[in-house]
Amino acid sequence: MSFVTQTTDPAMAAPAALDVVGVSHSYGKRKALDNVSFSVSPSSFAVLLGLNGAGKSSLFSLITRLFATQSGAIRIFGFDVGRTPGEALRRLGVVFQARTLDLDLSIAQNLAYHAALHGIGVRQARERMQNVLEQVEMADRAKDKVRDLSGGEMRRVEIARALLHRPHMLLLDEPTVGLDIKARADILAHVRGLVAREGVGVLWATHLIDEVETSDDVVILHRGRLLDKGNVGEVASRAGAPDIGSAFAKLTGASRIEGESR
Amino acid sequence: MTNEASNAAALAKGFGVAQYAICLKGVVWREALRFLHQRERFISALVRPLVWLFIFAAGFRSVLGVSIIPPYDTYVLYEVYITPGLMAMIQLFNGMQSSLSMVYDREMGNMRTLLVSPLPRWFLLTSRLIAGASVSLLQVYAFLLVAYLWEIEPPSLWGYVTVLPALILSGLMFGALGMLLSSLIKQLENFAGVMNFVIFPMFFASSALYPLWRVKEGGPWLAFFCELNPFTYAVELIRFAFYQQVDPLALAVVLGATIVFLAAAILAYDPSRGMLMRREGL
Repeated sequence: MSFVTQTTDPAMAAPAALDVVGVSHSYGKRKALDNVSFSVSPSSFAVLLGLNGAGKSSLFSLITRLFATQSGAIRIFGFDVGRTPGEALRRLGVVFQARTLDLDLSIAQNLAYHAALHGIGVRQARERMQNVLEQVEMADRAKDKVRDLSGGEMRRVEIARALLHRPHMLLLDEPTVGLDIKARADILAHVRGLVAREGVGVLWATHLIDEVETSDDVVILHRGRLLDKGNVGEVASRAGAPDIGSAFAKLTGASRIEGESR
Repeated sequence: MTNEASNAAALAKGFGVAQYAICLKGVVWREALRFLHQRERFISALVRPLVWLFIFAAGFRSVLGVSIIPPYDTYVLYEVYITPGLMAMIQLFNGMQSSLSMVYDREMGNMRTLLVSPLPRWFLLTSRLIAGASVSLLQVYAFLLVAYLWEIEPPSLWGYVTVLPALILSGLMFGALGMLLSSLIKQLENFAGVMNFVIFPMFFASSALYPLWRVKEGGPWLAFFCELNPFTYAVELIRFAFYQQVDPLALAVVLGATIVFLAAAILAYDPSRGMLMRREGL
């Protein structure tokens, strides 16, 4: 569970699951991201910590190629998102912050649509669907309409959907927003399980400090700039703080941020 | 495979024709499913033209006579004259609604699930367009069925077949126009605005309700606008095709407009042109 700080490291044979190199982005005059670099290794859980306006959403839009990177590069398993978007995107699973399931359709229909978007045929899609729904313990609900699910269940289905094309890098944008404590813990446990069992690399964006575990890697983003990155312990000690929560508060100048709504 | 990273990298590169076909089928299928689940949308798509047909046209039947102009070789009832215009209106509404749902989708994130697909973006947008046009075909044929029961029908049943390619093309044109507008105009969230500034002007300043020679009598300026309006050509293309004929000028204009609108929409949705970014970053 090593954290890769530089991709040019010759000791590294396999490419990082996600590699963000010197990415800057502005909307008109407003700079949303300023020379941000970090990477996520396969089989690791990295938390992208930032308050609102930190640039998390912009970063996610760039990684998913909603719009093109203005400067710098983003690579997924070595494939540049700008130059080979198809190869990059097929290796990436995404759970957006906004709910993106079709409420009127069933879970199975939603997943089938996603499979089609990835060019996965009906028979194969059906097999995989069973498999990914089992992973999030929703296999017996496949025929249910999404509208009838709870918020936590919808999120689990979205995670299952993101796994359908077997990506080895998973991007989650504030996946626990609006969920109760139990559902939050569930989702976190599921995703951590994926990292341990399947060797998936995860980038988990949040502003909730209590979602960070001591074994995680963190990337701290504030007003478009990267303040620090690395293992939780390292970041805390570099900031001279007893824990990551205080370190984050100290770095960003925020008071406590737990429980704050977005 | 021992290493997960090399496992991922070992995925076969590129996409075959089969993958494209699966994707297109999936997008059309989803749009059809959504349409079937939205009964109100279907009913209002059907009622709107029927109101025009049964109330407006019936009322104006005696006021407006239509002389013999191609493709008609006899005097026709006013209801018969406006039917192709109403078919085009159904498609115009559907095209705008479907583009509106793209904007709505974008906010809800559904557009993002489409755009995060690894297939090329032009293909995804075109698939979405074909899906929207397919839904409009269902609506038009449902309308034609009711019209048939009202004895408004083409001279031969073949008309129902020959009108199909015309409807496909005009459906694509309106969808492409809607898609272009959805990428450019922020105010499009408000459907009333689309009604006022797109649908009504296009519908009224066209040959849908009155033949162009009549418009010319009334006002040459209006006739000029009608002749610039792509909707006019969609109506004429459908009108002639319903009578198993081809209007070459209409065909050329509709085909050309479809290509231009679609190309512009694809450019507008291109990540590096930044239309989306401009919206997002506001």
